Amino acid sequence: MVSRPAAETRDAAAAFDEMAASENCQARYELIRRWIEETPAEALSLKRREAELLFRRIGITFAVYTEGGDPERLIPFDIIPRVLDAEEWALLSRGLKQRVRALNDFIRDVYHGRQILRAGLVPPDLVLHNEGFRPEMQDFAPAQGVYTHVAGIDIVRLGARDFCVLEDNCRTPSGVSYMLENREAMMRLFPELFARHHIAPVSHYPEELLDTLKSVAPQQCAGEPRVVLLTPGSYNSAYYEHSFLADEMGIELVEGVDLFVDENIVYMRTTEGPKRVDVIYRRIDDDYVDPLTFRPDAVLGTPGLFNAYRAGNVTLANGVGAGIADDKSIYPYVPAMIRFYLGEEPILSNVRTFRCGQPEELAYVLDHLDELVVKETRGSGGYGMLIGPQATREELDLFRAKLRAAPGDYIAQPTLALSTCPTFVESGLAPRHVDLRPFVLSGKEIRIVPGGLTRVALRDGSLVVNSSQGGGTKDTWVLES
Amino acid sequence: MLSRTADGLYWLARYMERAENIARIVMVGHRMSSMARSLENPGNEWHSTLLAAGCEEGFFAKHAEAAAPLVVEYLVRDSDNPSSIATCLETARRNARAVRTALTVDMWDALNETWYQARSGNRFAVAPESLPVLLEWVRERSLLFNGAYANTMLRNDAFYFTRLGTFVERADNTARILDVKYHVLLPRHEGVGGALDYYHWQAILRSVSALRSYHWVYQERLKPWLVAELLLLRPEMPRSLLSCYEQIVRQLELLEGAYGGKRGECHRIAGELHARLRFGRIQDIFQSGLHEFLTEFIERAVILGNEISALYLL
Repeated sequence: MVSRPAAETRDAAAAFDEMAASENCQARYELIRRWIEETPAEALSLKRREAELLFRRIGITFAVYTEGGDPERLIPFDIIPRVLDAEEWALLSRGLKQRVRALNDFIRDVYHGRQILRAGLVPPDLVLHNEGFRPEMQDFAPAQGVYTHVAGIDIVRLGARDFCVLEDNCRTPSGVSYMLENREAMMRLFPELFARHHIAPVSHYPEELLDTLKSVAPQQCAGEPRVVLLTPGSYNSAYYEHSFLADEMGIELVEGVDLFVDENIVYMRTTEGPKRVDVIYRRIDDDYVDPLTFRPDAVLGTPGLFNAYRAGNVTLANGVGAGIADDKSIYPYVPAMIRFYLGEEPILSNVRTFRCGQPEELAYVLDHLDELVVKETRGSGGYGMLIGPQATREELDLFRAKLRAAPGDYIAQPTLALSTCPTFVESGLAPRHVDLRPFVLSGKEIRIVPGGLTRVALRDGSLVVNSSQGGGTKDTWVLES
Repeated sequence: MLSRTADGLYWLARYMERAENIARIVMVGHRMSSMARSLENPGNEWHSTLLAAGCEEGFFAKHAEAAAPLVVEYLVRDSDNPSSIATCLETARRNARAVRTALTVDMWDALNETWYQARSGNRFAVAPESLPVLLEWVRERSLLFNGAYANTMLRNDAFYFTRLGTFVERADNTARILDVKYHVLLPRHEGVGGALDYYHWQAILRSVSALRSYHWVYQERLKPWLVAELLLLRPEMPRSLLSCYEQIVRQLELLEGAYGGKRGECHRIAGELHARLRFGRIQDIFQSGLHEFLTEFIERAVILGNEISALYLL
């Protein structure tokens, strides 16, 4: 799963409290409040222990996640759900669809006519010299023109109607299994809550994903397309999710060695002989897909796979080269993409971002380093980043030097006051900061299952929702109107 | 089904079965060695235990003498031994994880919980006196796994491969136990019937959960040739070679049916071995030598395993 601190603030009290604020404007948290008030404290604690037990059981499968390390480490689950009402979800949903459409258009453009570069809206160097750029994709049209079949868009909330995108994930975003398992756990623990309220279901996500994948089968594929999920294998940290999704979709979970390519056609090795494969939902990075085209030392992929893809005989989802759209140095240009390709105003705004490659923006960043979050454009997983307000003098100096040496490798953002939700902590209920990752599916059409993965910073005052730093997850409820 | 998946199912079933078999063999060794002392027998039970477990070579590459604590250590928890109980559970779990989607939830729970319990709380770092408790636990976990897959898997090729693994391993184990124990016991005690022999035969039957069965089938006191017959040729004895081969042939036929009549050398070999057991007579086997019979059987079974791999698993 992703592990990236969202941001840090010096004043958590300024954050938007999703439950307290709803007192005036919405009634959506009313049910949670009433439930908490009605339920005796001991009963809640009991449920909480029950949840722990339940998750230990389900969690044993989560636990394999950290195999090699501590097998008992689970990602903590908080029993108080986060609630979004229908109206909020409608806004988010529209904004997400719009954003993903533009991201996909951008990728297609980058590998074809590059209109947006010619229009001077995105600096060509930023794209053409980007690590996420794959020249091998030039002029290739994937089925239905789709590159970002599964996108995970990280959303932070700063106010009642103020949802911002913090990060786009267009390669192989993970975490959706937590969304599904969290709901499963809540339904087992609190069936009465679900009976009383209309909460939009999420359990059909695997079906929606399978439909999406089938809808992008190669054109010449006759009959029912055969879809498989390609995993790096059981030692990958997201392996549990891969097997969970393959299982839920009823498709084969394959590794690179299970596939081979003959005359640009992809087959899997089965007990009945070779079987042709039409769509591959791959959860391995571009670099490892095909040793003949990309990293020659990659053992995870299948030789010849990329040529079969380019020949139009198999669909890879997500498309190769989609990473050009989620690079941190490209992120500041997404609002411009939305205007350029769709002729619309962005529904979801970006977080204000300083491009350190621009001299005047760099000057500002250097001046305000102790207030900002600085991220390496190529970095992910929270590596190579500075959280200004938390940093020591030495760390600040180190980053100052790094910024001066290679300013183009960094962006900076203000520390954000992430919204808070009531959360069970040692002392009882307390507000804790949250973010949200909804999953957007793009095939013939764009679909979003109402909800997503809410991550919560369990430590008081912390804005770091990342699981390695005491972050947990919550079920995310979207109320049906 | 992916060949890798079939391979994973086949081997995870083999390793779970092997873990149980090693536990049974060690239990017999434990029981016999305590008797041997009391009856002033020189006692090479632990050496024959190694032979029965098929671990002789690996053991003596590491240790000079088959002393009880060393043998138990080697068979139960030594990670250098690919057939130690701890390694078998680890390997079974690793196979299970790699073919996670082909397992039912109950199968996964059984395997995963076993592995988890094996790792936590130093379960394998037990004192000698608690060895029986550990071995009993292994047997229970294996029975749980067998029950889980028998009761929850779809009756399709995945199930056939899993069962194939169980019975190929079990047949091998029964043949080894009989060969080694018989071999060790018989030459030294021409006149079978002493108290010590009696207890040894009892222990052998116990190792395959067949002591009660013996009495039900024969209603006689223990006789070596009847013990051999029970373990080789009796169809009602679930761990007999005949029962195992009936299952092996059956699973291969089911696979043949599932895959549109595709057959291979493994079908022929399994059929041939099955026919020998089905129509063989114990007196004829003794005539030409039980040891020779079993040795050849074990060798043919290895070839059968290779042919199964060649046809389905590669």
